[in-house]
Amino acid sequence: METDLVTNSRVGVLRRVRAATGRASDGVAARVGWDGIAREYRRRGTLEREGVLALLEDRLRDYDARVFRVVGEDVGQSVAERLVERGVRRMVVPVGLPAAWMSASAAVEYVVDEGLSSEELDGVDGVMTGATLAIAETGTFVLQGVAGQGRRAATLVPDYHLCVVRAEDVVETVPEAMGRLQGTAGLATTFVSGPSATADIEMTRIKGVHGPQFLDVLLIV
Amino acid sequence: MSGAGLDPKTAPTFPMAAKAMMGDVQLRKNVRHATDVIQEKRARVVSEMPDWQELREAGKQIRRHTMEHLDFYLEEFEANCTRAGGVVHWARDAEEARRIVIGLVKASGSDEVIKIKSMTTEEIQLNSALEAAGIHPYETDLAELIIQLGADRPSHIVVPALHKNREQIREIFQREMNLPELGGRPEDLADAARMFLREKFLRVKTAVSGANFLIAETGGVCVVESEGNGRMCLTLPETLITIAGIDKVLPRFQDLEVMLQLLPRSATGERMNPYNSIWTGVDGASAGDGLRDGARDGLRDGPRVFHVVLMDNARTEILADDEGRQTLNCIRCGACQNVCPVYRQTGGHAYGSVYAGPIGAILTPQLQEMHHAQSLPYASSLCGACYEVCPVKINIPEVLIHLRNKVVKQNTAGVAGLFDVEAGAMKAMALIFRSERRFRAAQRLGRIAERPLVRRDAQGEGWIGWLPGLLGGWTQARDLGEMPKETFRDWWERRGENGN
Ligand code: SF4
Repeated sequence: METDLVTNSRVGVLRRVRAATGRASDGVAARVGWDGIAREYRRRGTLEREGVLALLEDRLRDYDARVFRVVGEDVGQSVAERLVERGVRRMVVPVGLPAAWMSASAAVEYVVDEGLSSEELDGVDGVMTGATLAIAETGTFVLQGVAGQGRRAATLVPDYHLCVVRAEDVVETVPEAMGRLQGTAGLATTFVSGPSATADIEMTRIKGVHGPQFLDVLLIV
Repeated sequence: MSGAGLDPKTAPTFPMAAKAMMGDVQLRKNVRHATDVIQEKRARVVSEMPDWQELREAGKQIRRHTMEHLDFYLEEFEANCTRAGGVVHWARDAEEARRIVIGLVKASGSDEVIKIKSMTTEEIQLNSALEAAGIHPYETDLAELIIQLGADRPSHIVVPALHKNREQIREIFQREMNLPELGGRPEDLADAARMFLREKFLRVKTAVSGANFLIAETGGVCVVESEGNGRMCLTLPETLITIAGIDKVLPRFQDLEVMLQLLPRSATGERMNPYNSIWTGVDGASAGDGLRDGARDGLRDGPRVFHVVLMDNARTEILADDEGRQTLNCIRCGACQNVCPVYRQTGGHAYGSVYAGPIGAILTPQLQEMHHAQSLPYASSLCGACYEVCPVKINIPEVLIHLRNKVVKQNTAGVAGLFDVEAGAMKAMALIFRSERRFRAAQRLGRIAERPLVRRDAQGEGWIGWLPGLLGGWTQARDLGEMPKETFRDWWERRGENGN
């Protein structure tokens, strides 16, 4: 009985769609139609390398994130400085985060997230991750469910997020980013542009409503 | 707890409600301020984009293409979502959608749900249905929380509480969260909401969300938000129930490159809003990411049970209408609301529907299959500003005129061509207006004749929703204000006689 209803709704909706469009569509026609969509917008950026990085920094700062450039071997040192500035003692890190990024400091305890509960995540001061890529034009970095970036919950519950981005993973435009993400489109993917924010109260921008309030980005050049 | 939903079936007609709203000076001030701020931000970030018009054109073509092949993309989405561990349900109408969601919540074993702002759940008045079923919904978007705690109704599709200012919000929070000492800075209010909701995020095991986009190619779902409340609902609970209109489909993952440029800039005037979440099925991680199985275990993330409800609710009626169809291209950015002179004067509630402004004026009557909300296609000056800002180039004025014709046709039972009542009424009016004697006689006659027809609204203003005979065409689509007790001429003459 219940199954009947379920199938009926499915069949019913699809039948109504087909009646409305006047035919049943098929994959071939859809493909041809999709290929014919005019896409005359910019696919590639025009800036040279340094310009792209500068744009990313500018856009991230515009969204109240702090940005620091570091060279590869100094990441650990820079991380240590950030954690002192932010007063962070306990830091969650995802499985697979490069060990060299975790500064050897007695003042900070690193907790590897192997499935921490929400309450446990709520009890730490911050989280550090890498990123799949960053988009300069919008001041965005993209996190996915892979080693070094970890679970969505881990970058959400703690109040501070430190994200490490490699310069070679920075693209200028959104289409360039989507092109790179196509291969792993099935992964849980989060676009982050600045700390959590709301403008629901008289359009005043307020940081850190439910997600992290503080965001630092280290750019490895 | 939550306010009565906006139901076009029972809402007063637009002119009647608008008149009442025009008297609310505070509301108009709040709406004007908020829409001014968003418009200014929008204009700035749109002008940064040299290819904005090309993006709009692509957006329009993607949406139009999707509608042409909607059955194919819906089935493709269903297959891919199912393969990734999601469960897809179909709902023909609001009633069925509510029944499915309530059943799923009950099956999850929870009598509470956390909710992400979703106009689709507002459209089907899900909250009151949940409560009637003994399930308590918590809205988690700050604006929706303000609305829910204040037993209010949304007035804008992107910023639903923009009609409230900070003092009004503070009063609501003080009372409903029991915080007599609460400060009045926006930060204080946001902190209060954070405290109030965090406990719920960590405790409640079932969530209900809407969707901005469903991606047919991957079976993925995309939600765009700012506060992180969306991510909380999508990530922490054990069961996630997503409800989406069948119009939310996008053919391919790549199409997001267009939508994710158009939507945030149009909606909130941001280059990208703080968070976009895309998830596919239930796992979070996937095979083929080059990880050992052991490493992947630590990445399992998000709900263990994921449902998507694909809802029609009159969308196929709109799809079947060649001229009305473009309404389905809407990506709910709200830009047309912010720019609309009518919306800016009346606020959202006057539209008697969760979809306010120009998009509401075309969407609501069609969702109601033109049987309710017939005054909405007239709630526009046809200035064209909405068309200009629409990121997917919906020609709203064109659809408005199309719907006006439909209203007239429907109300004249399809014989409008032979005997157009409205045109007849206009001719009679023209005759009357041409002669002063006839005009005065008509006024006197009108005041006597209208008496039994006048309804009083909450403000004591009189409105006429039905006129007999030839004049009937006029009131089929709009309400008429009652005639003044005394005409200006009568008053002038009396004033002259009395010498004051
Ligand atoms: S009609 Fe266009 S401008 Fe209005 S909400 Fe929809 S997409 Fe935005």
